[in-house]
Amino acid sequence: MILPVALPQGVSPWLAAAMIATVAITSTIGEVLTAAAMKSIGDLDEIRAHSGLKGAIRAVLTCPLFFLGVAFLAFAFFALLFALNHLNLSLAAPAAASLTLVTNAIAAKLFLKENVDRRRWTAAVLVCIGVYLLAH
Amino acid sequence: MDSSQSPSLFGTRSSKLKAASTRLKLSQYVVLALVAICAPLGDSCLARGMRQMPSISLDHPLALVSAVFHPWIAAGIVMLICFFACYLTALSWADLTYVLPTTAFGYVIIALLGRFWLHEEISIYRWAGIILITLGVGFVAQGPSLTEQTPDRELTS
Repeated sequence: MILPVALPQGVSPWLAAAMIATVAITSTIGEVLTAAAMKSIGDLDEIRAHSGLKGAIRAVLTCPLFFLGVAFLAFAFFALLFALNHLNLSLAAPAAASLTLVTNAIAAKLFLKENVDRRRWTAAVLVCIGVYLLAH
Repeated sequence: MDSSQSPSLFGTRSSKLKAASTRLKLSQYVVLALVAICAPLGDSCLARGMRQMPSISLDHPLALVSAVFHPWIAAGIVMLICFFACYLTALSWADLTYVLPTTAFGYVIIALLGRFWLHEEISIYRWAGIILITLGVGFVAQGPSLTEQTPDRELTS
């Protein structure tokens, strides 16, 4: 048995995997877009020191990439709610969270050109296994 | 936003940000801690509130709107707004692959809340998971928070 928790009746492993994959993929896209937006805006602490809290909020709210990211994150939230309607919480939440961590590391390397060194890969894998064990 | 700073998709980081120190200040560690604490507290408040609500079917989705005014759910939403503000701030000065593993400590907080507040049983597997996550967090938090964009640059830290 690969999955830590038995699936509810009427839910095939493929359907469960599809629901979890949808959550992981949409939240990865949302998080990468949000991170790209925040990187293009710059250090919020410095902006706040320069033009106050209003200036910092304005900098975020005038970035179209930010809203695109939030739209994907909202989709991921509803995809998770849908998955929770059909799967156990102890399976869906940790599985989606740990999968997202690994896909995020890959996406950040590819699209954000972050330098994902061995230290970060190890951390992502450790957290991933840790979250999987939490489901037991 | 100033048009000279307008981002392309996956925008290039400003030179000012590139020159920024990769070591974090104490206040920035506080922001990361708030991300890790606010998310599980917000989720717990939502879960607690939703458990007290009558079951909601998809035929009456407007019932979800009234749920927003439930005290526990409102508290959860406030916590999640705090989480999102701190998360965005952290992303403005640190890499996504730094912020996500460092704030994964939230999973441990959820498990500890379950054990000591809700008196749930924690199996040996869960303790092993908690130890692994803590190791992963400590591992990445010691490294640089922001890396150069050129992927072939040697990291010295």
